[in-house]
Amino acid sequence: MTPRKKRITIVCAIIAGMGIAATLILTAFEKNLLYFYSPTQIMNGEAPKERSFRIGGLVLENSVKKNPESLEISFILTDTVNQIEVSYEGILPDLFREGQGIVANGKLFPNNVFIAEQVLAKHDENYMPPEVAQALQEAGAEMPENHIPPQ
Amino acid sequence: MNLYKALPLWFHKLGALKYFYEISHVISRWVSVICVICFITGLYGGLVLAPADYQQGDSFRIMYMHVPSAWMSLFIYMVMAISGGIGLIWRVKLAEIVARSSAPIGATFTFLALATGAIWGKPMWGTWWVWDARLTSELILLFLYLGYIALQSAFEDRRVAARAGAILALVGIVNIPIIHYSVEWWSTLHQGPTVSKLDKPSIHMSMLIPLLLMTLACKTFYVSSLLIRIRTEILEYECNSSWVKHLLGNNKNVSN
Repeated sequence: MTPRKKRITIVCAIIAGMGIAATLILTAFEKNLLYFYSPTQIMNGEAPKERSFRIGGLVLENSVKKNPESLEISFILTDTVNQIEVSYEGILPDLFREGQGIVANGKLFPNNVFIAEQVLAKHDENYMPPEVAQALQEAGAEMPENHIPPQ
Repeated sequence: MNLYKALPLWFHKLGALKYFYEISHVISRWVSVICVICFITGLYGGLVLAPADYQQGDSFRIMYMHVPSAWMSLFIYMVMAISGGIGLIWRVKLAEIVARSSAPIGATFTFLALATGAIWGKPMWGTWWVWDARLTSELILLFLYLGYIALQSAFEDRRVAARAGAILALVGIVNIPIIHYSVEWWSTLHQGPTVSKLDKPSIHMSMLIPLLLMTLACKTFYVSSLLIRIRTEILEYECNSSWVKHLLGNNKNVSN
């Protein structure tokens, strides 16, 4: 084997080795890499019970209840299959609204109410002027929703 | 001469540092002109002409710096790793110089992508930073760049440094597909791809055109600043050769 061929082999081996190692590591840690759990996963008991975790989904239309006296708010989070009630006290991001995808960090209590310590808004990958969005809605086309894959 | 003979000959000539030094000056100048034109029109199109977003209002305009920077951070890493590999296997000096000169530019774009992303994240998501797969893997990319730069300055001998750096760059290449597919493989706070989707891009044409112009501006900026860096590196590499001594000697005469 000429030195050049040897070097080619070494380079290919590095890339292949790293590729295999990364694939194995990422498959092994797949669960830990999930940034949030969906309501369905929580219903199936996949989410941790003792410690806090993140939940992701869409805010159900007409489910937001605000306490006018304080910053308390409660709403229902859905992945269009299952629903979880979320309760939160604090300032919400600008994008928070009904139908919006959000991610909340907190703990699930035995009565199946998720008490959130932090609420983050998730926005989608669609960009368009408001007039186009309105026209789409009027035409009855399905509005692009925040994509939360059903698990 | 037919093309089959001329093309390999031209590549060979291009690899000669003296020839590259001479032609890169002209290329760099023209590419800079394209860069300035694209940057001005892209920025004007993005910040003034493009309409506000239906969901994010005017805040989405930071995309015109964020998205091209993020693309460039991946692209430059690929250039760095591939040219590093070519330098490692075929011992081409020019390839070693390309890899070495790309690193600081790539690190800058990675930093820009992370910084503009944080500024965008605060009003939209409600947080500067989250440890989701996309953000974390992009941060690792920044550390790979910084590690590469540190490794380059750790060796006295440039050619040894180039080989060590090439191995680091090749090892880190595994991170590139992870960054790209992170938003599809795992649930992340960061949204999915907009432009590179297989069906038509889900961005309105009036918003897409400035984005493409800004992308071209960043690409040409990379090329022209890379060429300037390469020219300096060539002079340092070849400082003992007669043509560099001649060149510097001439300059001295002019300045006197």
